[in-house]
Amino acid sequence: MIEITVNGRRVEIDSEMSVQQLLDTVDVPPNYLAVEINADVVPRETYADTIVRAGDDVEVVTLVGGG
Amino acid sequence: MVVGGHTLASRLIVGTGRYDTMEQMRDSLDASGCDCVTVAVRRERLYDRGGKNILDFIDLDRYTLLPNTAGCYTAADAIRAARLGREILKTLGNPGADWVKLEVLGDSKTLLPDPAETVTACRELAADGFQVLCYTSDCPVTAQRLKQAGAASVMPAGSPIGSGQGLLNPNNLRIILEYLKEDDPDYPVIIDAGVGTASDVSQAFEIGGDAVLLNTAIAHARDPVQMAKAMKHAAIAGRHAFRAGRIPKRLYGTASSPTEGVISTRPYGSNA
Repeated sequence: MIEITVNGRRVEIDSEMSVQQLLDTVDVPPNYLAVEINADVVPRETYADTIVRAGDDVEVVTLVGGG
Repeated sequence: MVVGGHTLASRLIVGTGRYDTMEQMRDSLDASGCDCVTVAVRRERLYDRGGKNILDFIDLDRYTLLPNTAGCYTAADAIRAARLGREILKTLGNPGADWVKLEVLGDSKTLLPDPAETVTACRELAADGFQVLCYTSDCPVTAQRLKQAGAASVMPAGSPIGSGQGLLNPNNLRIILEYLKEDDPDYPVIIDAGVGTASDVSQAFEIGGDAVLLNTAIAHARDPVQMAKAMKHAAIAGRHAFRAGRIPKRLYGTASSPTEGVISTRPYGSNA
């Protein structure tokens, strides 16, 4: 098991995995999301090749109502 | 109106926050006649997700999205929010992917912006290829600094966000309009925040504002859809009035009817 932080919460995952594999575990249309690892945006075209490693700080965001 | 490379048919930019329901938001946007709406970037609730997504209620073929950096208190966080918003809009294929409403707050009570952080973020985002629309206070000096930092539009607040106080210092807004448009008459200045009702929108256009950005005045009206209609007409009326040119204010009255041929006498003298 490795520990990462997702949206400010510590979570344990079985092993290192790609961003794509991480997103496959959540129930949100992927085109509504953007992902950041350690404060850098992960371009969508690199989701399959970008590996989430132990200690990474992952943010997964969407759009909401705002002014 | 052209701002940040985008041509907008309506001079109202409407926010999508604070509506009771997504359906009410959708109908209010429709009634306002706007073709550009703001959205915010927030953490997704990944594992206990029950809510609807706002993107299911916004016609992406009809509206250009303007992502904001609302809620950020540092330039670094605002830049991150802007880049995340751009990534989502690129995926959606929405033309708003290349611009951002930059908002860097300095005080959580008044929601007034942090001018130093806003200038820093504006410069960095402009260098990163963003068309930056900068929320700022009504300070003319800060407005000039933001334009110099590369802002595609400067957006001074009429009064604090969501306060509904209208344009508290129209003279400062006039000075901003004069300074930013001097030698650059097409530079877009958008009055952002503080609108309470339709006459505030008209006033913003009457003093020369190019557009108005508002949210709470519609979303929290008793009847948001009807208020959205009012805002639409107020914008049109104010813009026409500005282009037509108001008459100067005078201390004394000037008669609308001819003074010759009057059948009445003035029993108390010429000042009667």
